[in-house]
Amino acid sequence: MSKTKGKVVSVNESLVGTKITSGAVINGEVAYIHIDGDKRLKAEVIDVKKGGIVYLQVFEDTKWMKVGDSVAFTGLPLAVKLGPGILGSVTDGLQNPLYELAEKEWFLERGLEVSPLDTTLKWHFTPSIQKGDSITGGAVLGHVPEKLFKHKIFVPFSVRETYVVAHIVPEGEYTIADDIATLKNSDGGTKVLQMAFDWPVKVPMPFYERSVPEKPMPTGIRILDALFPIAFGGTACNPGPFGAGKTVLQHSLARHSQADVVIIAACGERAGEAVEVFKDFPELIDPRTGKSLMDRTYIVGNTSSMPVAAREASVYMATTVGEYYRKQGLNVLILADSTSRWAQALRETSGRKEEIPGPEAFPMYISTLISAFYDRAGVELLPEGEMGSLSIIGTVSPAGGNFDEPVTQATLLSTGAFWGLSRALSDARKYPAIDRIDSTSKYPSLLQKEEVLYLLDLLRDGKSIASNILLMGEKGITDESYIRYQKAELLDAVFLQQNSFHKVDGVTDPERLHLMFTMIKEIIDATVVIEGKETIRSHFNFIRQAFLDWNYMQLNDKNYEKQKSRLLILVKQMGYVKENV
Amino acid sequence: MLRKTYDNIDSIGRSILSIKASNVHNKELAEVLYPNGEKSFAQVIALNGDDVTLQLFQGGFGVSTDCSIRFLGKPVQVGFSDDMLGRVYSGNGRPIDGGPELMSDQIRVAGPSINPVKRLIPKEMIRTGVPMIDVFNTLVRSQKIPIFAKAGEPYNRLLANIATQTDADVIIIGGVGLKYDEYHYFKQRIEDAGSRHKTIMFVHTHRDSIVEGLMVPDLALAVGERFALQGKNVFVLLSDMTQWSDYLRQVANAQDQIPANQGYPGDLYSQLASRYEKAADIDGAGSITILGVTTMDDVTHPVPDNTGYITEGQFFMKDGYLELFGSLSRLKQQVNDKTRSDHRSIMNAMARLLSESEERVKAQKFGSVKDDYSLRLLDYRKTFQEELMDPFRFLELEDALDLCWDILSNHFKKEEVGLSSELIEAYWPPKGKFKILINTTHE
Repeated sequence: MSKTKGKVVSVNESLVGTKITSGAVINGEVAYIHIDGDKRLKAEVIDVKKGGIVYLQVFEDTKWMKVGDSVAFTGLPLAVKLGPGILGSVTDGLQNPLYELAEKEWFLERGLEVSPLDTTLKWHFTPSIQKGDSITGGAVLGHVPEKLFKHKIFVPFSVRETYVVAHIVPEGEYTIADDIATLKNSDGGTKVLQMAFDWPVKVPMPFYERSVPEKPMPTGIRILDALFPIAFGGTACNPGPFGAGKTVLQHSLARHSQADVVIIAACGERAGEAVEVFKDFPELIDPRTGKSLMDRTYIVGNTSSMPVAAREASVYMATTVGEYYRKQGLNVLILADSTSRWAQALRETSGRKEEIPGPEAFPMYISTLISAFYDRAGVELLPEGEMGSLSIIGTVSPAGGNFDEPVTQATLLSTGAFWGLSRALSDARKYPAIDRIDSTSKYPSLLQKEEVLYLLDLLRDGKSIASNILLMGEKGITDESYIRYQKAELLDAVFLQQNSFHKVDGVTDPERLHLMFTMIKEIIDATVVIEGKETIRSHFNFIRQAFLDWNYMQLNDKNYEKQKSRLLILVKQMGYVKENV
Repeated sequence: MLRKTYDNIDSIGRSILSIKASNVHNKELAEVLYPNGEKSFAQVIALNGDDVTLQLFQGGFGVSTDCSIRFLGKPVQVGFSDDMLGRVYSGNGRPIDGGPELMSDQIRVAGPSINPVKRLIPKEMIRTGVPMIDVFNTLVRSQKIPIFAKAGEPYNRLLANIATQTDADVIIIGGVGLKYDEYHYFKQRIEDAGSRHKTIMFVHTHRDSIVEGLMVPDLALAVGERFALQGKNVFVLLSDMTQWSDYLRQVANAQDQIPANQGYPGDLYSQLASRYEKAADIDGAGSITILGVTTMDDVTHPVPDNTGYITEGQFFMKDGYLELFGSLSRLKQQVNDKTRSDHRSIMNAMARLLSESEERVKAQKFGSVKDDYSLRLLDYRKTFQEELMDPFRFLELEDALDLCWDILSNHFKKEEVGLSSELIEAYWPPKGKFKILINTTHE
């Protein structure tokens, strides 16, 4: 514990000026401000100025603070506690578990702190090292079962030197507070380890060995898996105006993505949305594991009415937990919703510090912070041939839905996939309203490369014919073009659009995605020999209807095959009928 | 307790005052004492050494350098009691209906938000009788949702209608920047609907200071929250939050804050969110539903834009109609699968066809719409507007759904509407036999 002390000299919302009275101060360290008798408010040093003035951003409401209140500095950066027990939990942006807080107060009163991980819960620990072994940071001491996984207990990654194991507990039941190992180094230094350790949230965990994301991660969302995929360890930028379906898309990803662990960082967004997740997920069974979805989920909620300064912390905390589970050899997905709120929090603080503002009053360094954040995603090659990955999907809420603003632009530079949500598509109820033409991804699709190009080609044709129809009317284009247009519309309606609220249609696994693609290709390649726009439209209406009915059937439905052959007959019949006229 | 007064005022602005004082708390309430014995309120908003910045509830006009400031040793509070029902208060919490001041508990204003785990998933539909809401953008208990409209649209009428036609236990009206006739209208409507006994009004009109206007949502929500904790279902109406944001901009500007977009402070989002987020269905207690008004010219303006990211949708009003496009209820999916089996599907089908017809409207300008299907789409659009978009037509949900089927069958063939064969079999009306639609000119 450092002995550094200070006194409050100025208060401006969450920015508090402090005069140091004794000791040294570290930029980024945590301090506590004592107010109103017994309350202590957590804060972080963000700036050190001339004359011993230090600026703190306070993670709580500064109401009732006064000049002269005492400040105690901890000498430690903002950290997250890593160990078994994170999965399935719901915490605020500073890792206070919300359910435990609710037992104390209904409202999020200031100064409440609860141990981040349960210190009384016993875990069944099996050691994997022996007395006398030489080990260093990142070595595995043993493991405990956590939900679906074997949770490895590590020597903290910050340990650099080599130590010899002086003592390790036998297999048995221990809490995260119990000492499980004692290490000694050649200088006689001793380390006593427990099953959990702290890691500073703003310091990226070093990769054991880094690799590149190149394996697609199935999301169950057809337009993504087929056209704009994300890879294990990849990053995606998901901007959109409000009401274009960001939230629904995020929830769908949280449910259906084939990641091992999903971390939801609800940053400055509606509380109701996080509530939906942590009240629904425990009831939902993940078909891949047969266990509750909550078992693979961790939720960090710093929702919009919670203190602004903790927004930044919440995003970094989620990422650090993600890196930790990547070290476990798991595929982790972080859904950060929304990075714009985090950027706005930085803007608020920057404004109070009277820094010279950049575009739209965001601080100049916003793009650097955003890039560094996405760089924490990636594929990690671990010892003994194991592999882990951390993918980040960040939503962006651009002001006025205009993608030219600084946060969207900085995010685009740092991510591998771009899913632009469009208000025109959502108005037309074409969900997911991901722009079919302007979205991109550099990751490999679940389909073959040429198959993807084949679909994109049709979509582009469809768009250009649609604009011709707008200008010249249906009569102004040939039947041939009109058929091509109807095919593009059909592809959109039955394949790219997806009803995420439907049990079957809401998620498409890779197998079914291929089956659907084959069917689509069959329809697109079929020669349609019909004349007249009216007849052509009606032909495709029938096909669309039959295809949608088919989409809503489970693979093992008794009518599934019947509907499929009906659909195929429909495709051929109209052409056939016409040929014989 | 005798409190120290300070009389070395440094500066006086339109809504802000600064003074040298010590031992002052952030957000402390203070009194401005005029030489003639009058008093007004102020609140501490920033501290810097001895310099204390205060926000003046009655504005800076008339404040003199020989006024003194007395710090009251308590934060801003509002009285709370059941006897407030039926009463009208100003933005500083004083009754303005000529009635007596009440002896009541003092409760905190702008308190922390409720722990998310104490929230319930909203799941109860609120029937409003407005087809564009009940069918297309269902209102759900504990929702926070504003009406987006140009100034001059009948948004306050709709707001009052919704509040009085539903089953709210308590209605709290927070009027910010109301014109006197709007204030009068609300009072009259509540009276006529027989809802006065369950209504409290906090009213700020244009003659009052902007700081009082800024206080209105906090007072309304603090009182509403208390009723909700007693198990009541509370409706809070906030009109108009654009003016409120404008006041926020003025005060931020007076404090020399660096503006973000169009002069609004960088924390506009957080400021709006901390009010709207008070909407909640509380586990083991009642609920707060917030209906707001956001006047606007353009949805990309910072106020509606930030609001849209905070609220759970919006009702978009234009030319006296409730529009389908631009309106959204984010919570509708929680309830519209429990109403009638066709609700969701027909809602989507109607919307898809309307969007298709909007395309034709564009094309019509090029003179390229001549085919039968397009003409039917245009006809459909007209019927849709006439039959469904009037916010003041009262229809029960089931009747409104039947009306949708009538309209579809009037304009389209079964295979054109993109509905599952199962639903069509169950609901498609026999030719010419409508349940609700009166068959007139459209065929």
